[in-house]
Amino acid sequence: MKQVFLKITKNEHLTKDVLKMVLKGDVSDIKAGQFVNIKIEGEYLRRPISVCDLGKNTLTLIYKVVGKGTEIMANMKKGEVLDVLTGLGNGYDLSCAGERPLLVGGGVGVPPLYLLAKELKKQGKDITVTLGFNTKDEIFYEKEFSKLGKVFVTTVDGSYGIKGFVTNALENVDATYFYSCGPEPMLKALSNATKISGELSFEERMGCGFGACMGCSCKTLTGNKRICKEGPVMKKEEIIW
Amino acid sequence: MVDTKVNLLGIELDNPIIPASGTFGYGYEFAEFYDINMLGTFSFKGTTKEPRFGNPTPRIAECTAGMINSVGLQNPGVEKVIAEELPKLKKVFNKKVMANVGGFSIDEYKEVCEKLDKEEQVGWIEVNISCPNVHGGGMSFGTDPKSAFEVTKEVKKVTTKPIIVKLSPNVTDIVSMAKAVEDAGADGVSLINTLLGMRINLKTREPVIKNVMGGFSGPAIFPVAVRMVYQVANAVKIPVIGMGGIATAEDVIEMMMAGATAVEIGAQNLIDPYASKNIIEDLPRVMKKYKITSLKELIKGE
Repeated sequence: MKQVFLKITKNEHLTKDVLKMVLKGDVSDIKAGQFVNIKIEGEYLRRPISVCDLGKNTLTLIYKVVGKGTEIMANMKKGEVLDVLTGLGNGYDLSCAGERPLLVGGGVGVPPLYLLAKELKKQGKDITVTLGFNTKDEIFYEKEFSKLGKVFVTTVDGSYGIKGFVTNALENVDATYFYSCGPEPMLKALSNATKISGELSFEERMGCGFGACMGCSCKTLTGNKRICKEGPVMKKEEIIW
Repeated sequence: MVDTKVNLLGIELDNPIIPASGTFGYGYEFAEFYDINMLGTFSFKGTTKEPRFGNPTPRIAECTAGMINSVGLQNPGVEKVIAEELPKLKKVFNKKVMANVGGFSIDEYKEVCEKLDKEEQVGWIEVNISCPNVHGGGMSFGTDPKSAFEVTKEVKKVTTKPIIVKLSPNVTDIVSMAKAVEDAGADGVSLINTLLGMRINLKTREPVIKNVMGGFSGPAIFPVAVRMVYQVANAVKIPVIGMGGIATAEDVIEMMMAGATAVEIGAQNLIDPYASKNIIEDLPRVMKKYKITSLKELIKGE
């Protein structure tokens, strides 16, 4: 865990309400599946955002405008400096991937899978990615992912790719392990639809984001866990649905 | 040179800064950010007889200049706190810690206090009779002077260390609560716990907090806290620990001018893990600015 001050170099729309922010500075303490917690002027609590990508000195975040905090973020300008807590949460366990990992993301659950895909690609894994969106207009990062593995896109309304949910794209996938992030109903459906083991990234309203307030706790088969500390990534086998 | 030392019920603190229970875990999360030995002390996570998960989530809500929590005393239970948390804390904290105790019956308060009283690391016991997040629990002791008297008297019988009773602001007359626990033998009081609050999500038309209501804290409640500390400090002879919305070294001085011997820092630790450290480091500057050479001179009766 680390408090760093990062400068915005880019903050642009990918879709109507999803934005990509690139920040520059000390990003040494970050890995795939973790999140950062951002101080937002005018709001009391920080806002936790998952890590999408890392460069040498850059951090990419993709976030959806869902409330006041993210609305303020959407209006931030290039050059502004943010107070950011980094290195939060456990992140994905890459050692479990096997040879043919499957990555499944839904909506704003897609971003954290990108850095993971890059890391797995570096290890020479044969990656399959399934990205689920509601409609064609909401799709982002399909091209980026297709450089790293085989990509299936699903849309609920059928306006692009496979019609339906991410689980509709799993039929012919022969994977060794899965990694996922997305809304809870999607995670549950995915967990039920897969015979293989895997990891799922959850979200919850947080107070501190670093394990102090116990605001984001959940019950698991391996005991009480804090989403921000022992999570956000949980093993399929320990989740109580 | 200014002197930030204060004496809290027989133990000298390097400074009056005490991170409040529920905002500092059992200390070691913060030890990853800085050396927590610089603190006066801290009050550890409210501990009960049995392990508790607490309330269903979501149990955190954003507010203007503050937050609502309805955690509901999640903790591993007193046995595990003694067996696991205190040894872990010992590795990163070499001062006396304040043990915070929650409960649902007088017997439970007694049992947990008696156990923690035997721990060498514990310097004071803060008895929380004011948690707004547990039904039929702490809060009922905290809103009725007779029950508050009773629990304090019983806890005093089984303990040797200073007993500080943590009071709720969710009462008509906080002075009568403070007097009741003083009469029962409390060595000190700490106040205020969180104010009962609520938020509603406009999109879903449902309360943000699953449990509907929760405890409101943060800078927004500071004036209420100053007022109550002032009222209580003028009515009792025992030391008062002031808390509620403290965010700066100036707030610390103001709270001490209201009558506090020491202060607890709560929600601010959650939005800035360095909050308590920054306040301690800023204290000498603020003291010089207001021509205060020793914090002891601010304390009533010193």
